[in-house]
Amino acid sequence: MDTALIPKGVKRCPIWQFALWISANGAVLAWGVFAMLLVYIKGLNQTNMNNAYGFALWIWADLAVIALGGGAFFTGFLRYLVGKEELKYIINYAVLIGFICYSSALMILGFDIGQPLRGWFIFWHANVHSMLTEVAFCLTCYFGVLTIEYIPMVLENRKLDKVPFFHNLGHNMHEIMAVFAATGAFLSFFHQGSLGGVPGVMFGRPFGFREGVLIWPWTFFLFTWSAAAFGPCFTIFITKITETLTRKKLVKDNVIDLLAKISGWMIFFYIIAKIIDTIYWATVTAPSKGFTFLEFYTNNPGSAYGLWILIAEIGVCGVLPALILITPKLRRIQGFLWLAVFLGVIGVCLNRWVMVLQVLAVPVLTFEDWFTYLPSWQEVATTLLPVAYGVIMISVSYRYLPIFPQERELNPIDEPAAAAREVIPEPSAAGPEPELSPAES
Amino acid sequence: MFPFSFEWIWDAGHLVFHGGLWYALTVLGLGMTYCIIKAVLDAGKGKGDHHH
Repeated sequence: MDTALIPKGVKRCPIWQFALWISANGAVLAWGVFAMLLVYIKGLNQTNMNNAYGFALWIWADLAVIALGGGAFFTGFLRYLVGKEELKYIINYAVLIGFICYSSALMILGFDIGQPLRGWFIFWHANVHSMLTEVAFCLTCYFGVLTIEYIPMVLENRKLDKVPFFHNLGHNMHEIMAVFAATGAFLSFFHQGSLGGVPGVMFGRPFGFREGVLIWPWTFFLFTWSAAAFGPCFTIFITKITETLTRKKLVKDNVIDLLAKISGWMIFFYIIAKIIDTIYWATVTAPSKGFTFLEFYTNNPGSAYGLWILIAEIGVCGVLPALILITPKLRRIQGFLWLAVFLGVIGVCLNRWVMVLQVLAVPVLTFEDWFTYLPSWQEVATTLLPVAYGVIMISVSYRYLPIFPQERELNPIDEPAAAAREVIPEPSAAGPEPELSPAES
Repeated sequence: MFPFSFEWIWDAGHLVFHGGLWYALTVLGLGMTYCIIKAVLDAGKGKGDHHH
């Protein structure tokens, strides 16, 4: 039925199977939309946020998807500015993943601001002393960059590419993509950093507070660094999942190997910086504010925050993936590669959780107890909404757009049979397909 | 916010924040304008017709 829209020389599942897959994800999407409507209609009382938790599950999800979407800007930086040519075979997918992550982040922020109709206030009545203003500016602009990077992929669809204007537009956009990629890298550096800067400047909350250079706390640089380091892990992780689900090899091993190696070294140096930062914070910064290191991890009944979370974030999900990815023999073993990128993804999500939610759980006054928080089902549903949206976006893009340039080469199909399928449309009770001209039908 | 808005103050904060925003928007806007105009001209010259 949709054969005319599917890229040439590749095989896709039957339309009924695709529709079933989309419907299953559509059900989760619908659940999220229902919760979203409740939040919009009834307000933030649908959440379990309170005076202690002004930031909650949504902001964690926001920071997590922004960090995971960092693969787009860093891969673009490596491809267009550093000149790593091999990465052109995975840049499309990195951009798609980034586009999904950033559109999700903006959607979640739309829920969280409580008064979406006043969302434009942050641009017009900007508080230029707030790191979050800078985040809003850069996030919106960078989403524009990702949209610009995604458009040429859409224009490469078989039917759209036949229109000369679209063909030329896609070609022209490719030609100056380095300019957009450079702008994206500039924007990403600042908004990733400012997201880290928010807990870092809160001197009233010594768990998050860090010293730094000029107006930027060390968390500013650690957040940018971690997004650039772990973002490619997420790109590889999703690529591997896609390959598993489609039962196809979509990207050559040398491309994955290069990205994994760069990611590994980035994580390696990031984690050294993170360990130094943690030691300095534990021994100098926190004591200067009247806290001992163990006060942040002990005597917290009802709370799950123990030393385990620090060990998990830095050791299990930081040092371990770094060591696997920088060791050629290990990262070339599929099991270890899967493990490393999975741990990397968990690690950066854990880091964002700690810097958003654990910061708020720790009491700062002597008469306070640890604050606990459990998200409402509406918060959970609206947080799963972007996941379902992402799966649908990837599925539709994979089916109709040439996302993986090496797919045809890696999965050759019987050309005569494919050509015959292009000429002979599938029988349909509704007659010829409406989008085809009579001659094509 | 623009310099003619009543809230505008000529200080480093406003210049850096809004300068960065306008810079990014200008690059994106000019880049896309260039691509669209060139695509219209190229299509007019018959470029890309071989895809029919």
